[in-house]
Amino acid sequence: MSVIAVPEIGAPVEARAQSRRLPVISLGIIATFVLVAILAPLISPADPYEQALRLRHRPPVWEERGSWSYPLGTDRLGRDLLSRIIHGARVSLAAGVLTVLVASAFGAAVGLVAGYYGGRVDATLMRVTDATLSFPVILLALILAVTVGPSFGNVVIAIAVILWARYARVIRGQVLTLMQLDFIAQARIAGAGAWRVITRHLLPNTLNTLVVLVTLQIGYVIIVEASLSFLGAGIPPPTPAWGGMIAEGRDVVTSAWWVSFFPGLAILLVVLAFNLLGDWLRDTLDPRLRQL
Amino acid sequence: MLTAVLRFVAFRLLQSLIALAILSVVVFVLARATGDPLHMILPMSATAEDYDNARKYLGLDRPYVEQYLSFVGRAVTGDFGNSIRARRPVIELLQARLPNSLKLAAFAMGVSLLLAFPLGIMAAVRKGTGVDRTAQIVSILGQSLPTFWVAIVLVEVVAGRLQWLPAGGNEGFASYILPGFTLGWFVVAGMMRLLRSGMLEVLDSEYVKLARLKGVVETRVVWVHALKNALIPVVTFAGIYFAILVTTAIVVETVFAWPGLGRLAYDGITSRDFPVIQAVVLTTAAIVALVNLCVDCLYAVIDPRIRYAR
Repeated sequence: MSVIAVPEIGAPVEARAQSRRLPVISLGIIATFVLVAILAPLISPADPYEQALRLRHRPPVWEERGSWSYPLGTDRLGRDLLSRIIHGARVSLAAGVLTVLVASAFGAAVGLVAGYYGGRVDATLMRVTDATLSFPVILLALILAVTVGPSFGNVVIAIAVILWARYARVIRGQVLTLMQLDFIAQARIAGAGAWRVITRHLLPNTLNTLVVLVTLQIGYVIIVEASLSFLGAGIPPPTPAWGGMIAEGRDVVTSAWWVSFFPGLAILLVVLAFNLLGDWLRDTLDPRLRQL
Repeated sequence: MLTAVLRFVAFRLLQSLIALAILSVVVFVLARATGDPLHMILPMSATAEDYDNARKYLGLDRPYVEQYLSFVGRAVTGDFGNSIRARRPVIELLQARLPNSLKLAAFAMGVSLLLAFPLGIMAAVRKGTGVDRTAQIVSILGQSLPTFWVAIVLVEVVAGRLQWLPAGGNEGFASYILPGFTLGWFVVAGMMRLLRSGMLEVLDSEYVKLARLKGVVETRVVWVHALKNALIPVVTFAGIYFAILVTTAIVVETVFAWPGLGRLAYDGITSRDFPVIQAVVLTTAAIVALVNLCVDCLYAVIDPRIRYAR
C-alpha cells in the first residue's frame, strides 16, 4: 500500500487552524434558543397570551417603574415580553428548520436526478429551477396571505416552494462532476441501478454541501419569516412571532422602545449564530463553496 | 459570434416570459380558488337570477382558459382592475408609486456599490488584518440584521432623538439617506463577500504574478488587472441582488412611509385588496425579470464562455 501525499491547497496553515476552531459561541447561542423553544411552556415566567391592560407598556426591570415580574417589560396589551419572546422562538425556529428541511429534501432530489440522468431530463429540470430562482419569495407569500389568509403553513409553503431551487442548482453541479469520477463508473459496471447509485454514492458525496447550505439558509428563512410576520402576511396574531412583535411596537418606539427592540435582538442573535456556524462549516467542510 | 449572442438573448427572453407566465397562472388560480368574486360585488339580497346575469355580464361563465387569457391580455395593457380600498383603477396607484420605488432601489444599489467595492477589495488585499475583519463584521451583520428592525432603530435614533434626518416620506435628497442605507447594507454583505473571494482567487493567479514581475505598480495590479476579472461573479449576481433589493424594499418602505410599491403592498395586505397585491406582484416580478435579462445579456457579452456553456 502506498501513501499518497496530498499537497496543501488554498489557505495558509495558520489561517486554516484558526478557521477550524469550533465556533463555540454560535453553537452555544443556537443550543440555548433550541432549548428555550422546546422548554417554552416550562421556563416562560408568564402566559404569553395573558393580557393586563392596566400594566401596558411597562419598561424592563432596570428602568424606572420596571419590576421583576416583567423582566423585559410588557407590550401594548400588558403581555409579558420575555414570555412572548420565549414562545416566539418556537415559531421562528420551527419555521426556519421545517422550511429548510422541506426545501433541501426536494431540491436535493431534483439536483440528484437531473445530474444523474443528464440530457433532456437535466435540461427540463434546470429550466424549471431557473424560472423558480427568479421568483421573489416575499411576493408569493404576499399573494398567499391575501388569498388563502396568513398562517404558519402558508409561510412555510411560500418559502419552500422557491427555496428548493438553490439546492437543486448547487447539488446538480456537484453531481455532474461526481459522474465523471471512476467510482461511479465502477458502481454502474458492477450492476448498480439508478436508485442505488444516487442514494449510496452520489448523495453521501454531496452531504457536506447540503449541510453548509442548510445552515446558511436557516438564518435567511428566519429573516424572511420575520419580514412576512412584520408585514402581516406571516404568522397571524395573537401567536407570538418575533417579526409580528416588532411590528406591534413600531408605533410606540419613542415611548416604549423595548417592545420592538428585544424581539429584534433575538432575531439578530439567532440568525448571526446560524450564519457564523454556516461560514465555519463551509470553510471546514467545503472551501469550494465560498461563493454561496 | 452575433448569432450566438442573439440566440442566447432569445433563450433568456423566453425563459423570463415562461417564469412570468407561471406566476400569472398562480395569481389567477389563487384568485379563483379563494371564493366567488360575486359574493363581494352583489348585495346580500341578490337572487340566483341576479348571480347568473352578473356572471354572464362579467364573463365569469366562460371557460377558465378564456378567462385567463383575457386576464393576461388586460394585465399586459396595464388594466389591473379597481382597488377595493381606494376605489380607483390600480394602474393609477402604480403610476404614482413605481417611480419612487425605482429611485429608492437605484439609490440603495449605489450605496451598496460604494461600500462593497472599497471594503471587498481592501479586505482581499489586506487579508487577515483589521480591515479584513471589519469588512467581515459589516458583512455578516448586514446578513443577520432584519432590515425592518434596523429601519425602526434608525428612525428612532437618527431621525427621532438626534433629529438629523427626516423620519419618513419623500421630501428631497435627505429622505433617501436612511432607507437607502438600510437597504444598501443588507445587499452589501453578499456583494462584498463575492468581491473578496474573487479578488483573493485572482490575486493568486499566474497573470497577476506576471504583471507584478513585469514591474506593474501594485495599485494598478489590484485595481485594473485583478479587479477586472474579480468583477465577473459580481456581475452575475447583480440581477439576484437587485431582486433581493426590490423585495426587501417592500418591508423597508413600510417603515419609512416611503410612497412606493412596498407601502402600497402593505396597505393592500391589511385591507385584503387583491387587485392591488396582484398588480404589485406582477409588476415587481416583471421588473426583476427584465433586470435579470439585461444582466445576463451584458454578462454574455463580457464573458463568451457563458454563451458556449449553454
